[in-house]
Amino acid sequence: MNQSADLEMNLSALQHRHSILKFTDVIKKYSSERGSVVALNGISLDVKEGEFLTIVGPSGCGKSTLLNILVGLETPSAGAVILDGAKTVDRKAVGYVMQNDNLYPWRTLRENVEFPLELRKIAAAERRRISSRYLEKVQLADFADAYPYELSGGMRQRGNIIRALCFSPRILVMDEPFGPLDAQTRLLLQNLLLELWAEEKKTVIFITHDLHEAIALGDRLVVLTARPGRIKSSHPIDIPRPRNIRHLHENATYRALLSKVGDELAEEIQVQAGVH
Amino acid sequence: MSIEAIDIPMAKKTEAQPFSYRSKVRLARLALVLVVFGFWEFASGTLFSAFWISKPSLIAAYIFKWIVHGDFFYQLSFTFGSMIAGFTLGTVLGLLAGVVLSRSQFASDVLDPFLVAINGIPRVALAPLFVVWFGIDMLPKIILVFTLVFFVIFYNTYAGIKSVDRRFTDLAFVMGASANELFRKVTLPASLPHIFLGVKLSIPYALIGAIIGEFVASSAGLGWKIQMETSLYNTTGTMAGLIVMMFIVVAMNSLLAVMERRLLRWQPTSRFTTAQSQ
Repeated sequence: MNQSADLEMNLSALQHRHSILKFTDVIKKYSSERGSVVALNGISLDVKEGEFLTIVGPSGCGKSTLLNILVGLETPSAGAVILDGAKTVDRKAVGYVMQNDNLYPWRTLRENVEFPLELRKIAAAERRRISSRYLEKVQLADFADAYPYELSGGMRQRGNIIRALCFSPRILVMDEPFGPLDAQTRLLLQNLLLELWAEEKKTVIFITHDLHEAIALGDRLVVLTARPGRIKSSHPIDIPRPRNIRHLHENATYRALLSKVGDELAEEIQVQAGVH
Repeated sequence: MSIEAIDIPMAKKTEAQPFSYRSKVRLARLALVLVVFGFWEFASGTLFSAFWISKPSLIAAYIFKWIVHGDFFYQLSFTFGSMIAGFTLGTVLGLLAGVVLSRSQFASDVLDPFLVAINGIPRVALAPLFVVWFGIDMLPKIILVFTLVFFVIFYNTYAGIKSVDRRFTDLAFVMGASANELFRKVTLPASLPHIFLGVKLSIPYALIGAIIGEFVASSAGLGWKIQMETSLYNTTGTMAGLIVMMFIVVAMNSLLAVMERRLLRWQPTSRFTTAQSQ
């Protein structure tokens, strides 16, 4: 191994230890006439640069609230979210893929992908170059000029993903992005996401209710409790990459995590159900 | 891994409907027109006296003479002019009011009952007052058309902006859009179908306004012409006026349909929706 490669490896290892995003004791309360509800009860989390973090929890546990705070749609009642050392998260540093496919119906696929680039005042020729590159990457180049209604659900969600990636955000935030897709399309998109992630080395925060998906994709898995949401546990996922998602069930680590975290999650789902 | 297998590529553009369907529609329309006018032509003078309902052939001859030898273009431009002027004014101010009030909850809360009340006034009742105020030339008609068009455009714009999906604006916000960009690039295009519907709906209102204005008191116009011919019991002249008005509305609607196809081509049209869009 030559020296520069050695150095590069050390650097990447170092970078891996560098923290990019921190939640410090984030609390979110909603007050209404009928009293107040605590959605998040002291979330502290440290995300490393380049890490693929997956979060699972029973539905209604405040997962989406957590993301809304992260992307700046909601403010925490107490605590802070610190991105790159700054207390207010710079919206332009976050790529966000929502639950529902969310391409703007009045824009063609290409115009959708270029939307965040437009907001960043990038010149038209450069926008076009970038969007072409990403459309090519996810095999949508032939559909660049189609409107969303002319595309399938899987195509639209691929468009959403590259729209969130094309402006080189510091972090990519994904809120159950594959939820509404059928099983086959979902598998293909999971693989595609891992490919893109391997290329771009982005920090990803990925929320899902699907434990298989959470283990298959992530470097680390965080389990949230029933409401009020706290962090129940955090599990490193030591499955080597590149991973073959279709064959992960043959992997012992995968199976062990699945049953262990599955029990934890089932417990919380029961608590959450009892609350109602 | 390769992603070649990711869903089956679909036809890029909506396939055009078979030519035969469209031509069938056109043929059926033509047949309908022929049947109605044919029956009219036949019934006139046999079942009913031509004095009451005139006759398509007489009307056609009348219109031809009116265009070639008469004051057709003068009357048309008078009515069409006040209609277009009032329509433009109403559309611009209605849009502006819709945008402003949709962005200020306070202003819309304050003004809401007044707008409902004013919109509740039958405009026909205002027409004589406008004559007193603005005379019998084009101005009172323009204002009457404006009062009708304004509210249609205003309410549609307001409703359109209010009904923009939160997800769309949230997402643009997260991507870093400024308030101005949010409005120009998301809110406005998202509410365009509503606004366009308002424009389409207001066209017949514009014509009604112009004609009522001319009925009440006028020196010219298609409405004035129709009233004069009716008072002379010239049903042929009256029908001729009505048919010209029908053409105005149809022509304006086809113009709008062309605009709509350009501006709203991103919408799957209901008639040509394909199984491809999920």
